[in-house]
Amino acid sequence: MKTVRIGSGAGYSGDRIEPAVELAEHGGISYLGFECLAERTIALAQQARLADQDAGYDPLLGARMQAVLPVSVPRGIRIITNMGAANPRAAAAETARIARRLGFGGLKIAAITGDDVLDVIAAAPWPLMERPDETTLALGDRIISANAYLGVEAIVQALAADADIVITGRVADPALFMAPLVHEFGWDMEDWDSLGRATVVGHLLECAGQITGGYFADPGYKDVADLARLGFPLAEVRADGSATITKVAGSGGVVSLRSCTEQLLYEVHDPARYYQPDVIADFSAVRLAGDGPDRVAISGGRGTARTGMLKVSIGYRDSFVGEGQISYAGAGALARARLGIEIVRERLRLTGVRISELRCDVIGVDALHRGPGHGAGEPAEARIRVTGRTDSLAEAVRIGNEVETLYTNGPAGGGGASKSAREVIGVVSTLIPEAKVTPRVSYQVT
Amino acid sequence: MMRLRELAHARTGDKGDISSIAVIAYDPGDFAFLAEHVTIAAVAAHFGATVRGPVERYELPGLGALNFVLHGALGGGVTRSLALDAHGKSLSSCLLEMELPDPQAPPAAP
Repeated sequence: MKTVRIGSGAGYSGDRIEPAVELAEHGGISYLGFECLAERTIALAQQARLADQDAGYDPLLGARMQAVLPVSVPRGIRIITNMGAANPRAAAAETARIARRLGFGGLKIAAITGDDVLDVIAAAPWPLMERPDETTLALGDRIISANAYLGVEAIVQALAADADIVITGRVADPALFMAPLVHEFGWDMEDWDSLGRATVVGHLLECAGQITGGYFADPGYKDVADLARLGFPLAEVRADGSATITKVAGSGGVVSLRSCTEQLLYEVHDPARYYQPDVIADFSAVRLAGDGPDRVAISGGRGTARTGMLKVSIGYRDSFVGEGQISYAGAGALARARLGIEIVRERLRLTGVRISELRCDVIGVDALHRGPGHGAGEPAEARIRVTGRTDSLAEAVRIGNEVETLYTNGPAGGGGASKSAREVIGVVSTLIPEAKVTPRVSYQVT
Repeated sequence: MMRLRELAHARTGDKGDISSIAVIAYDPGDFAFLAEHVTIAAVAAHFGATVRGPVERYELPGLGALNFVLHGALGGGVTRSLALDAHGKSLSSCLLEMELPDPQAPPAAP
């Protein structure tokens, strides 16, 4: 029976590069996907493109292609990635330059566009998913990007046209891995169960090392060997959409029922309704079974008809955030830390810094968790962190400054102060009819 | 009493201002015990003021897992949160601190 082997070469923009090279060299794969586009990244990329029309794609695209093409191209491995971010055509052009430099002629590189729907969003008020009482009108002229999550259609079209490398902007993350399955197995785009099972495979692969033992180890409870050499996953997928998840023999990490179950439910809300552009996937009857060392068989995914609506991520200028930190240690460290926080609070009031939201933590005590039992006992050291939201960068800077002045104006023995201030690009979402979006494919050949 | 950590492992995911935490039994035979004790109310109480919205729970007996969805848990959303851990990655380990009755202990007298 025909199987398709797909590898996952990155789980986020800054991910390690060598595991993808290892997969291409030793994974026996036909496709290699790279998921590199977080929710907010495309808004930042859009700003970069506004400043330079040839910019706006993933900053590590060059390094990844430089490392991977020498091992993927000779083996005929096809690459699919959303590293195009806000500028897939420029990313394709840069990839073509790298391929030519490496001596690879005749490579066909596809760029998928059409996810940029800023004009659609600007044309009418759209309700915000996160703020039931508000529409996009509330964001006024602060909107800087709007990108719809595309499905597999344009990627499948590019693969059918023999593209060796497909570079997208915003697409649903699993679509990077579903598209080659639709292409290889020829599933109908209304074969909901097959699309549901393909979503399961894509969902399991899209975070790369998170299914092979990354984001998992807990010494004494869940031990994982050799995380410094973590192997990234590959799936052997069968024509019925069932699959086996594994990794390159000898690489670090683990593929187990436990690691696969954690990733199956990662970022999932209702497991029976996992909304995708192409299908509503149903994970509720998925079954996992051990299939040898570092091999887990996946079956039982299902699907129902897609909604016909596409999710759109809208990036906007939200606010500014300033932050300062300083540490105390030894006898009475926590009391001095708390005194430091009180001083900064009062200074911000006295000096009239306009802050719409302020957060004061003691790192090591209550910065991450404030439920029952937190902060019990006296810590050996305590680091305060004061952070606040403002309407201007100048005011945000004053927050860190007030923490820093604790050096000479605050409690005894404050050390290691640091400060920062930045603009916050926020992201909100809406849904638009899929008919408003037209994916396009353009090609270049090296 | 024992901690949830002895019976289950967990992973946190984030979408906007919503944190989801999968709680997975090490031994699928413990699923019913977990479903009885790791309730919506218990999870909401465990996180206290950290979670400002409602908590939902989905049961996946075939996977030995409970999936919790915590609304308003990420300080207004990952992209604008002031929290040190804006994604709430650490919430799963915090949940594993939850105290449960010892499953071997006989039921308390009425």
